[in-house]
Amino acid sequence: MAIDQFQGVDYFLIDELLSDEHKLIRNSVRDWVKKEVSPIIEECAQKAVFPEQIIPGLAGMGAFGTFIPEVYGCPGLDQISYGLIMQELERCDSGIRSTASVQGSLAMFPIYTFGSEEQRKKYLPKMASGEWMGCFGLTEPNHGSDPGGMETHFEDQGDYVLLNGAKMWISNAPFARVAIVWAKDENGIIRGLIVERGMEGFSTPEMHGKWSLRASATGELIFNNVKVPKENILPNVKGLKGPLSCLSSARYGIAWGAIGAAMDCYDTALRYTRERKQFGKAIAAFQLSQKKLAEMLTEITKAQLLTWRLGVLKNEQKATPAQISMAKRNNVEMALNCARNARQLLGAMGIMGDYPIMRHMMNLESVITYEGTHEIHLLITGKDITGLNAFV
Amino acid sequence: MKILVCISKVPDTTSKITFKDGDTKFKTDNIQFIVNPYDEWYALVRALELKEAAGGSVSIIHVGPAENDPIIRKALAIGADNAFRINAEAKDAYYTAFQIAAHAREEAYDLILVGKETIDFNGSAIGGMLAQMLEMPFESMCSNLQIDDNKLTVEREIEGGKEISEINLPCVVSAKKDLAEQRIPNMRGIMAARTKPLQVLEAQDCEALTHIEKFERLPEKGACKYIDAEHPEELLNLLHNEAKVI
Repeated sequence: MAIDQFQGVDYFLIDELLSDEHKLIRNSVRDWVKKEVSPIIEECAQKAVFPEQIIPGLAGMGAFGTFIPEVYGCPGLDQISYGLIMQELERCDSGIRSTASVQGSLAMFPIYTFGSEEQRKKYLPKMASGEWMGCFGLTEPNHGSDPGGMETHFEDQGDYVLLNGAKMWISNAPFARVAIVWAKDENGIIRGLIVERGMEGFSTPEMHGKWSLRASATGELIFNNVKVPKENILPNVKGLKGPLSCLSSARYGIAWGAIGAAMDCYDTALRYTRERKQFGKAIAAFQLSQKKLAEMLTEITKAQLLTWRLGVLKNEQKATPAQISMAKRNNVEMALNCARNARQLLGAMGIMGDYPIMRHMMNLESVITYEGTHEIHLLITGKDITGLNAFV
Repeated sequence: MKILVCISKVPDTTSKITFKDGDTKFKTDNIQFIVNPYDEWYALVRALELKEAAGGSVSIIHVGPAENDPIIRKALAIGADNAFRINAEAKDAYYTAFQIAAHAREEAYDLILVGKETIDFNGSAIGGMLAQMLEMPFESMCSNLQIDDNKLTVEREIEGGKEISEINLPCVVSAKKDLAEQRIPNMRGIMAARTKPLQVLEAQDCEALTHIEKFERLPEKGACKYIDAEHPEELLNLLHNEAKVI
């Protein structure tokens, strides 16, 4: 891929709403991404390989457990810092952001929020440093948007429980050391279990052949009579509330991340259309090009303001899951539209790996589906404003 | 080893440069500012490497108003121990060097590092002036710096090769590319920077010795003319009669 020339997009001077430390964090992650990830990301995506060598760097940049307190070896930063880090990672690639989202919001967050003090101390410092990577097992082959119907279950065997079932579409599964698995007990109540690699009967086959998130590893979690010690059960949550609160945290990060992907598409298209000449002038001088660029920037700016406000609400612990759904849904669709328009502006070059457009576009096809599909998020908003459930 | 690193605030390299007040002042509206790369990437990082190898401390000094604190915090996030800010606009090189020298006399630093120039005004003057004011030796534009037994060995690129020289501490050295490799602050560094001391010092009385008459932008690039390779005489004709350069 060509040299990463990305410049921030800030049409409404939203930087003035950020603290000096927010900007230092954002700029440091941006510099790190340009130095360490941009030069390798295209090849990783083409070869469908997750670049495990960047894990220590991601940890150093505070991407794992960003908002979890320092006492557990985590950065202890605020929610806007977390969002900005996700934005900068996804500006490069949604797969890299996915790895960080899963580690921080889906694996570390439940241990911090629902775990015992012993569990927090055992897992969080090693996960913050990237020594132990985590994954999150909720989705099953037959249960995606309907996680309450999950079939994975466990039985009490005295000192341990016996876990059986399978999870699918699990980011980080192939290399994760720790899996947060949601399964039903004998009474059909959903509980969270910390399953560790090496437990007998636990395997994580990789899923191959993806056309999206190719620089991120995806796999299955298979549990065949896995003996999980009872001290590995998250003690402080029962029911769907557990996994759904993790998803709220991850979706919040995705709302920021999608802006990153959109900014990269816009920035690439703006630079390209100013340089590319047809009919004797730069194609940026044509009205149809300007319409696309102007609309992309307008939508990015709206998303930035919406998401900054969501960050403020989250810092004040006032953000609702429905607000997060609205931001995730809006921003991912916005980013996908930016990617498609940018692809069109780059013409044939838009499909080439020399530019990041097609990679972003294919990545975002996953992002618009995972962590709550585009349709489900609409129904969450619908339910929130009408009080009526249209899921079933 | 007690090291002082002087840092400047400069516009980001992608900034659009415009002027105001009759082209006498740089227009700073909507400009993103950064730490001068020669100060940050080379002078500061080499100072940190020396400290990591042999112990000691690395202090930052900056002449500027409180709005410049973010660049000082960045230097602290990269790893400096503490910082001083002289609370005054840096009027010119002499004024700035005068303020830094006044502080350095009090603190008895072993080594003072500056970038070889700022990337905005390209003055390259502070290091030499500072050395003169402090009556210290000065080595400019060093691309390698080693310390052994209180002696400093520095390498400078010169026309056709390298110059390697040895000078006694304390001294002033200006840093160029290759002296060190850029370090990006990590989250631990950014968090640690919150509580590192940043002491604000009042400026000493000093008059600036220069003032800006006017800034001018480079003229727009002219159109490019292509000459048929079969007719090189046309090139001579244009250079002689149109450009009037030969």
